Amino acid sequence: MVSTVLFFLFAGLAIASAISMVYHKNPLYSAISLVGVFIALSCIYVTLAAPFIAAVQILIYAGAIMVLVVFVIMLLNLEEDKPLNRLRYLYALGGGLGVILLAQTLFIFYAVMKAPNTPADQTMSAGKTLSLGRAMYTEYLLPVEIVGVLLLMAIIGAVILTRRLSQPQLELVVEHELELEHKADH
Amino acid sequence: MEPSLASYLALSGILFTIGCVGVIFKRNAIGMFMCIELMLNAVNLTFVAFSRYYGDVTGQLFVFMVMSVAAAEAAVGLGIIIAFFRNSQSVDVDDASILKN
Repeated sequence: MVSTVLFFLFAGLAIASAISMVYHKNPLYSAISLVGVFIALSCIYVTLAAPFIAAVQILIYAGAIMVLVVFVIMLLNLEEDKPLNRLRYLYALGGGLGVILLAQTLFIFYAVMKAPNTPADQTMSAGKTLSLGRAMYTEYLLPVEIVGVLLLMAIIGAVILTRRLSQPQLELVVEHELELEHKADH
Repeated sequence: MEPSLASYLALSGILFTIGCVGVIFKRNAIGMFMCIELMLNAVNLTFVAFSRYYGDVTGQLFVFMVMSVAAAEAAVGLGIIIAFFRNSQSVDVDDASILKN
């Protein structure tokens, strides 16, 4: 009973925050609403007996990714979205597509209702950090290594993308000057 | 009494749809980026719910993978947004049409 109440409380919080995120024009308000969604989902993970995932959700999403997003919003000094530059019927079309997508998703979930309807045994160790770590470093070692390589590539990619390009231009200028000197010598 | 698996899946479906509609409606690149994060989180919720109801730890492991990929995506995506802003002084996706002509 308690878990049902908690589920509907946090589900309502998550949906309200998500709608608020899409509704707000100011990207900073959207970011704060998104943090609300992450925290509500983290609480739902706790009721689903997944404490490690709940902690990592707060650490990575609310702690790292959203700080990066807010940092970029502040750095770029973004203004609010200009209202309705596109045609209005495109917005109606988008809303209609959303309703169709929701109906499809819920229909798929209805079709797979044969899934077990009661949680697995409470004393199961699934979700404990120990069993998660054991699976991660034995059975799923290769995916973990691949994710490590992916993160390294992401670091290098971010550095290359945001690098200032003043250095190559400087070299070009120096070459140009050398050429001019060469001509002057002749 | 616990809520049934279908209610978790329904919540996930609703969150995913809100994220998808947000990607359609939002016009600045950072807003679209945040909506994509919301969609990833909706999928994570299905993973954890199935993991709970089948008593298998693999679902939570894949949530961990999805989070790592989301972190990588955040680093590269925000790098692209900053590079685009430096070129066009805007993050409006309607301005990103230099390949059109």
